[in-house]
Amino acid sequence: MATTRILEWLGRLYIWVLLAFLYLPIIIMALMSFNVSPFYQLPFEWTKEWYASLWQNDQLISATWNSLEIAIITTIICVVLGSAASLALFRYEFRGKKFLQALLFPPIAIPWLITGTAMLIFFFGVGIGRGLFAILLGHVALALPYVIVVVSARLQTFAPELEEAARSLGANQWQVTSRVTLPWIMPGVIAGGLFAFAVSFDQFVVSYFLSTPGQTTLPVEIYAAIRKGFTPEINAVSTIIIVVSMALMLLTARFFKFGGEK
Amino acid sequence: MAGQVASGSRSGLRSALPLLLPAYLWLTVAIFLPLSAMVFFSFMTELPLSGKAWAFTLENYTTFFSQGLYWTLLLASLRLGLEVTLWCVFIGYPAAYVLAKVLKGRSREAIFLLVILPFWSNGLVRIFSWAMVLREGGILDTALNAVLPFKINIDLMYSYPAVIIGLVHSYVPYMVLTCYLTLQAIDDSLIEAGRSLGASRLQMLRWVIIPLSMPGLVAGAALIFVPVVGSFMEPRILGGRTGTFYGTVIEDQFVAVFNWPLGAALSFILLAVVLVILALASPVLRRAA
Repeated sequence: MATTRILEWLGRLYIWVLLAFLYLPIIIMALMSFNVSPFYQLPFEWTKEWYASLWQNDQLISATWNSLEIAIITTIICVVLGSAASLALFRYEFRGKKFLQALLFPPIAIPWLITGTAMLIFFFGVGIGRGLFAILLGHVALALPYVIVVVSARLQTFAPELEEAARSLGANQWQVTSRVTLPWIMPGVIAGGLFAFAVSFDQFVVSYFLSTPGQTTLPVEIYAAIRKGFTPEINAVSTIIIVVSMALMLLTARFFKFGGEK
Repeated sequence: MAGQVASGSRSGLRSALPLLLPAYLWLTVAIFLPLSAMVFFSFMTELPLSGKAWAFTLENYTTFFSQGLYWTLLLASLRLGLEVTLWCVFIGYPAAYVLAKVLKGRSREAIFLLVILPFWSNGLVRIFSWAMVLREGGILDTALNAVLPFKINIDLMYSYPAVIIGLVHSYVPYMVLTCYLTLQAIDDSLIEAGRSLGASRLQMLRWVIIPLSMPGLVAGAALIFVPVVGSFMEPRILGGRTGTFYGTVIEDQFVAVFNWPLGAALSFILLAVVLVILALASPVLRRAA
């Protein structure tokens, strides 16, 4: 089977070429953020200057805080509301349940450009307007379906008989939930929470339409800076963001198998 | 769960409601009402906010249909979506196959994670990183001139290929993910059986493997095509002046021209196109589920 061996070898090689395509631009950006030349000229000379000047940039710093704050609040709200909804969808049978489950997909499937502009129109119309509160409203709505899907997937592996057993041993509804069900679905809840954080922290499109000059998030600030012209400071902050968001997803992968292998 | 089913669907709803209400209320306020408001708004002449007089009109839609510009841009965006999706199939499907059928054990898990990791990282920043690679005097230019004996100028920045490269880079992990999931479910003994009955590799691919992995291909294609048709940030950053698409025109209506009713109509037309595409893809997807 010499042909098989050659084909397999080519396949492995191909995967590495694909990985190079996926990671090279990111690695180059990271390297350039440590390069002396602000015009990305080679040869490469090491500097931490751009990271230092990042700390002087109040606009970027305050946008970063806004992003973190919104991502954390989004995570908390989504985990609580999402877990509750997942439990209800798992435990109870009622008419219209299929419809409610189907309603989770429009927020995921409709392009953010459409959702974002629709939110802008509606929030303006009802007087909420733009700003950090509007951004938070939007982020929670975008992340919530992901949390419900992830927690529901974890609940699929849960045996309802365990709840029955606890109940027959005299546990009340709250005890059943907090001592039996919650511990079991915890990995799903944590993965869902990390998802929500990532969706919010990386969100650009919806934040872009809902932000105002003073009340903005980091990706929106970066977009504005890119359109004004490239600066190595943006490289530095972008490198930080990409490292944070990749680390987050690695952490999520510990709790949630993307591959679907159980 | 049998007990609850027996107790009737009405009491089920009564117990479920307090748990469901907060989440679905939030989705209603932030997603479903805004989408409805957008439809309503697209039939207006003016913003009803600033105290200006407004009336119902079909003008925003007749503008779309009568001015060739918007049609052309929508077609350009659809073509962009098609091209990016095809590239993602050609690049992503073989990778998914190698992951599912060639690699084994720990190395498969690790490489799979490496492939889909960038997808979940910041999209804006990844597009920005390409700008550094593609511009004249950028990394690609410098690297090629260092290797090649003759002098060439690579300036892909602000061009249609740059937009394609950036979008394919953004979305190809999606195709790998969905195809990997369906390819992995194909029983290896099925492939061995076909092979031992004398089918060639190509015949197996054409008549067994590709048909069985079709749901993954369709799911990946829908998940890529839809957001690409609505993309505006990628063409803006990488396409420059050549990067005017349907999405960028919608963006302009909201942040530059401030013609919100027209923007709402354009958004709604895009939404209709998206829904048609998802509806076309759903029979194949449902068969898989």
